[in-house]
Amino acid sequence: MATVVVEPTVAERPWFLRRPRATTGWVSWLTTVDHKRIGVLYGVTSFAFFLIGGLEALLIRLQLARPNGRVLSAEAYNQVFTMHGLTMIFLVVMPLSAAFFNFLVPIMIGARDVAFPRLNAFSYWVFLAGGLFLYSGFLLGGAPDGGWFGYAPLSVRLPGPGMTFYALGLLILGISSTVSAINFAVTIINLRAPGMSLMRMPVFVWMTFVVSFLLVFALPVLAVGLVELFFDRRFGTHFYNPAGGGDPILWQHLFWLFGHPEVYILILPAMGIVSEVLPVFSRKPLFGYPVVVFSGIAIGFMGWGVWAHHMFAVGLGPVANSAFALSTMFIAVPTGVKIFNWLATLWGGDIRFRTPLLFALGFIAQFIVGGLSGVTHAIVPSDYQQTDTYYIVAHFHYVLFGGAIFGLFAGIYYWWPKVFGRMLSETIGKWHFWLMVVGFNLTFGPHHVLGLQGMPRRIYRYAPNMGWDLWNFLSTVGAFLIALSVLVFLANVVWSWRRGRTADPDPWDARTLEWSIPSPPPPHNFDRIPVVRALDDFWHRKYAEDREGRLTPVVAGGAQAPEASAGPGAHERSEGDEQASSEYGSSGHASTGAEHGSGRHGIHMPSPSYWPLVTALGLPVLCYGLIYSAALAATGGLILLAGLYGWVTEPVAE
Amino acid sequence: MAAEVRSVAHEEVHTSTGLSNAKLGMWAFLASECLLFGALISTFLLYRGREVSGVTPQQVYDIPYTSVSSFVLLMSSLTMALSVAAIRRGDHYQTRVWLMTTALLGMVFIGGQVYEFTRFVQEGMTIKTNVVASSFFTLTGFHGAHVTGGILMLLSLFAMSLDGRLPTERGEAVELVGLYWHFVDIVWIVIFTVVYLIPAPTPG
Repeated sequence: MATVVVEPTVAERPWFLRRPRATTGWVSWLTTVDHKRIGVLYGVTSFAFFLIGGLEALLIRLQLARPNGRVLSAEAYNQVFTMHGLTMIFLVVMPLSAAFFNFLVPIMIGARDVAFPRLNAFSYWVFLAGGLFLYSGFLLGGAPDGGWFGYAPLSVRLPGPGMTFYALGLLILGISSTVSAINFAVTIINLRAPGMSLMRMPVFVWMTFVVSFLLVFALPVLAVGLVELFFDRRFGTHFYNPAGGGDPILWQHLFWLFGHPEVYILILPAMGIVSEVLPVFSRKPLFGYPVVVFSGIAIGFMGWGVWAHHMFAVGLGPVANSAFALSTMFIAVPTGVKIFNWLATLWGGDIRFRTPLLFALGFIAQFIVGGLSGVTHAIVPSDYQQTDTYYIVAHFHYVLFGGAIFGLFAGIYYWWPKVFGRMLSETIGKWHFWLMVVGFNLTFGPHHVLGLQGMPRRIYRYAPNMGWDLWNFLSTVGAFLIALSVLVFLANVVWSWRRGRTADPDPWDARTLEWSIPSPPPPHNFDRIPVVRALDDFWHRKYAEDREGRLTPVVAGGAQAPEASAGPGAHERSEGDEQASSEYGSSGHASTGAEHGSGRHGIHMPSPSYWPLVTALGLPVLCYGLIYSAALAATGGLILLAGLYGWVTEPVAE
Repeated sequence: MAAEVRSVAHEEVHTSTGLSNAKLGMWAFLASECLLFGALISTFLLYRGREVSGVTPQQVYDIPYTSVSSFVLLMSSLTMALSVAAIRRGDHYQTRVWLMTTALLGMVFIGGQVYEFTRFVQEGMTIKTNVVASSFFTLTGFHGAHVTGGILMLLSLFAMSLDGRLPTERGEAVELVGLYWHFVDIVWIVIFTVVYLIPAPTPG
């Protein structure tokens, strides 16, 4: 296994085996194993893919703005809508969630890094390699063009190389996600600070935990489906070929057995973010914390028993259809429970309408719409009418854009000061929010109508006399409003870069541990590993309640004057717990944490390494080889082995 | 088990559960592998009774032959366990002996699989022949690839031990490879039973 380590070798090594040392400059970004920098890499890369996927969406909407659109050919349209789906799911929502996992999980549970720092870097590089591999199809004869779910036998028979890139590209991305999920599962189980019991973890950490397990179990199922698809295309096997005895429905079962847990993989991180944002901006604890946690776990379990609701129209028979219709309606229950908990969190709160809260509220409202249209698919006869129409497109954009992307933007606005040490503009942020809300609903609201009027998905043009013209045109206008709102966000980023106020450690007066350390956090996160005594421990160190239940600051001014919180005495407990003041890290005494490192050398952090990058590079080379030549495949395999060898023979830190 | 784990010292200062990160990570990885083989085995179970043209595995396999190679693989789990026990005692010579024995037994198994595949191809069953053959070769081939990966790990451990880079306090590495090796063995028990021993239902 790749994580095996050995003693440092004393002998001087040749230059290409020498350990990278730089902590600044571009080489340091290639070799970093710091979870925070890897989180930033994940975030920036997935945002770049978000812009590309958005451009593809604009192409789709331009093509459909008018009847008989002439922007794209049928072939180009197929590639663009397939890549739009693949990009937004595998290259945006999943890795953007991973960006949050990376940056936040260790500092939320009081850890210095993740369990396997180099494996973490490896996950990122494999993700980047997989994304570029998928997109390289455009240059090499055609990108994937069989829909993001790649239904067999079409996916086997499509003539261009696209679906081969699809099979191998998703396999590469699956390796990245599996490895990172194992990493986060172990980190959350094993690296919690003293006192951070499972039921004291922030909800976001809980949702990361659930998502990690979903990924660990769901991705291998997809991997098998993809391997069989690839073998059918490349080696002439018969898995999905009825002429050789195969069954195309097997692909649908394997794909959706992965695909439905995947839906929760996409939405649970956003639910976690919203569960962090709402209490902070309502200045109340999350209503029913254990219920929110257990609902998340319940969704994780039940998500495995609903996959065939994607296949009602396949003809599985009335018994299977009824069973999956029931299980699908049941899974709406824990989801509804969460929504009521969020509403109850806001109820009676001292609400501050800052941008993160606006996005969180947008999430709730739009996710409810998407959730309700989801329940209408659970009714089999109704689903027969909706299958393969724009109604489905409306549904999943309401949950994945109106839900997941809005939730992720809430997280971006909320944690931006922690990550970059500068505030984003509230004014520009509100413009961003309202433009995006209007644009989003204008784009996807009409899809409900179009779907019910019978407009099928995936058609590249339509006749003028169908009654679809107005709604399609409105939808295209909405899409450009969304694009404008994203430009406004980019303007906000530039504004923050140039003029943004320097962020305090705790600008929102928040509740969780990551706000107890400087913004941005130092490489070792915590000068001293905190000791946790309660849920929302950081909050309780700042505030107590008087007899009427009103909040009173523990030390006058400690919370309202955030610059004071950098001082060691700011969060002292009123009970006079001597240790309390020094248990949270702060910028003042970065060299005092020696007892938690390895003795006199101070805090010992893992060293940078080239090997995760080298190992990750082997995978796309190997996959190109599987398409084009055995020699190239062997080269890729050798790079992979060389990378692993370098990896296991180098110590974690030196 | 827990007491034995503690006897192998770690550099990890403290973990919430007391278990090492590497070991938990290996268990999570093996959990993922369960689903991988689960899906491959399901595919085979779905297709094994299909009425197809051409040669099927049931017509060409030789149960006594594969029973012998299965026995060899199962014995390698014993030698693997002996190797883990040896490094816990700090007996590096025995560790290397049993690591190499395990690797050799694994190679015998893989050699047997290569021979078996070659014979099947000579008798007219390739991965392209029909869907039963496709799923047979994919399932057993994936397992063979896992055994091969395990052999590479065992040989790396052997080389590291010879080089003096596998001291007793790093003995967990042997234990981790051992976990992987036992897992691959257990999966073979399931595959051998499903593919070779349980008769396929008659088509129709």
